[in-house]
Amino acid sequence: MSRIVAAGQGLVDWVDERFPLVSTWKYHMSEYYAPKNFNFWYYFGSLAMIVLVLQIVTGIFLTMNYKPDALAAFGSVEYIMRDVSGGWFIRYMHSTGASMFFVVVYLHMMRALMYGSYRKPRELLWIFGCLIYLVLMAEAFMGYLLPWGQMSYWGAQVIVNLFSSVPLVGPELSVWIRGDFLVSDATLNRFFALHVIALPLVLVGLVFLHLVALHEVGSNNPDGIEIKKNKDPVTGKPVDGIPFFPYYIVKDLIGIVAFFIVFFAILFFGPEMGGYFLEYNNFLPADPLQTPAHIAPVWYFTPFYAMLRAVPAMFGSQFAGVAVMGAGVIILFFLPWLDKSPVRSIRYKGPIFRAALTIFVVSFLVLGYLGVATTDVWGKMPDMLPIIGGVEVATIVSRLLTLAYFAFFLLMPWYSRIDKCKPEPERLT
Amino acid sequence: MKMAMFRSRAVAALISVAAALVAVAPSTALAASAGVALQRAPVNLQDAVSLQRGAHLFVNYCMGCHSANYMRFNRLTDLGLTEEQIKEYLLFGTDKVGSPMTIAMRPGDAKEWMGKAPPDLTVIARSKRPDYLYTLLKSYYVDDSRALGWNNLAYPNIGMPHPLWQLQGAPQLKVEDKQSHGHTVQVKSVVAGEPGLMTGVEYERAVTDLVNYLVYMGEPWKVQSTRVGIIVMFFLSILLVFVYLLKLEFWRDIKH
Repeated sequence: MSRIVAAGQGLVDWVDERFPLVSTWKYHMSEYYAPKNFNFWYYFGSLAMIVLVLQIVTGIFLTMNYKPDALAAFGSVEYIMRDVSGGWFIRYMHSTGASMFFVVVYLHMMRALMYGSYRKPRELLWIFGCLIYLVLMAEAFMGYLLPWGQMSYWGAQVIVNLFSSVPLVGPELSVWIRGDFLVSDATLNRFFALHVIALPLVLVGLVFLHLVALHEVGSNNPDGIEIKKNKDPVTGKPVDGIPFFPYYIVKDLIGIVAFFIVFFAILFFGPEMGGYFLEYNNFLPADPLQTPAHIAPVWYFTPFYAMLRAVPAMFGSQFAGVAVMGAGVIILFFLPWLDKSPVRSIRYKGPIFRAALTIFVVSFLVLGYLGVATTDVWGKMPDMLPIIGGVEVATIVSRLLTLAYFAFFLLMPWYSRIDKCKPEPERLT
Repeated sequence: MKMAMFRSRAVAALISVAAALVAVAPSTALAASAGVALQRAPVNLQDAVSLQRGAHLFVNYCMGCHSANYMRFNRLTDLGLTEEQIKEYLLFGTDKVGSPMTIAMRPGDAKEWMGKAPPDLTVIARSKRPDYLYTLLKSYYVDDSRALGWNNLAYPNIGMPHPLWQLQGAPQLKVEDKQSHGHTVQVKSVVAGEPGLMTGVEYERAVTDLVNYLVYMGEPWKVQSTRVGIIVMFFLSILLVFVYLLKLEFWRDIKH
């Protein structure tokens, strides 16, 4: 036994003289000190990583059998589901994984909003995260075209058409993106290339940078105070920190297994998730000559889609709506400089921030619902009302909620300053 | 204590959001059909006999015009049929038992002859949903104003004539005036007309079998998926207990 251990140690030494193996392990794992008070919300970072790996691995196997060809794509997906051994399982892992990726990332972002994880010195960490979110949206959008169903096709058609509203270069820009005058085989091929090679590479690179930045500044925590401020004078280690390995590795295992229970329950018992994860109309093959009556994007895009629809056309152009939709994502990048609160965590922030965050979350969820629904879902305002008479109720609500969404960010420099905050504790609670 | 409370509140919030999403799901995600209330299709994928009858109906009454290009005949061994039985009862012409359920009519010709090529039905139950298909097949009625003499309450002015008319006969449209909240509303329904080869009850069973089969064909792995899913849930639940205990063991020396 001891000879095996010695041989193992010898191998590690051999590698260590040529590669920073032990020091890397210590820096990122066994001597990376994380606050000891992580709660439920801190599972979603490691879960996002797990889902990323799942998507890459299942994606590789799908690529082995998928055909990026407008005449064969729809059939090749059914071929995977029926004739490839375990194909339905691999494909459902990938389709369920796409939606669960967004579930996990949204909850991960929610955690950052609640505990102020974007505040100094974590601005770059937050920006890398926002970039990951942005690339993830592009990745999901392009992946959704590949099954070549009606919603794949018309969803892509609608979104790419948005670019044609850009002033001056719009029409040329949208043709350049599609490679054709309408979504076609050329579009499918380039989206396939971007979906399986370009964007995953960027995504993995950004995740690497996200982790490097995280391990440089250290993790925030539900109290929003720095554990590095309180180090043991003898060992020089944070008093309230515990090594990531083994403590958070074993703790994250709980999160992973619990997540898998949800994930596989969806996969095995209802992978369509009531038409939200896999839209029913996407089981109709793409037909460029037949526009569906109701085109809805997948649920994770719908809050932004609702914003797009809420903004009325200005000067005969939809560009205002497109700009608002884009701004809805871009504004996230500025968050670290908008929050002027003396404290980080919602635990010590005052009632104004709590109310603002609640309104923000409700706005986002309701916008998400309205983005799936048709605009007449709640009927129309009574005709006798001035100005808004006859306008769809859902449109008016979307407009108000879009304002609320932006107000959360744009008014933050003001309300975060006047809010009545509680004093932060010296140590973790 | 405080942390535990916060955690349970957060979980409760998540659950309520999920519940709200599920509650709105049926109202938005349904591909609504014009006017008529959908009837619930009594789908039962465990009923192999019903699925076998459904396969027989599908091959005889649908595959004249509709293909199921992504489904292979020998996959029907799922339903307890042997390859010999499939060859004898379900195969026509030169088809091999391992071939997909294609038809001889080419889409281009079909389009020329009928204006629109009849859609492939492999995954029709996934896009149109079982309840709609069930309602559709029970909502045909004789309408002399239509070119082919058929109309449908669930799909007004449908192009496809009644595919099962030999079985059901020639149902008639019945329009009644009913009082509702002080208004008179027209209620349309389909009633039995000239009888076909089947009684009303037999026809209902036939439609059930056919829709059942269409649902099976959309996801032939569904029964297997549910069975594996239960095993996976069981395994993960046990694993969850052990990883929780593992965490407790490792964290024993951490003071809060």
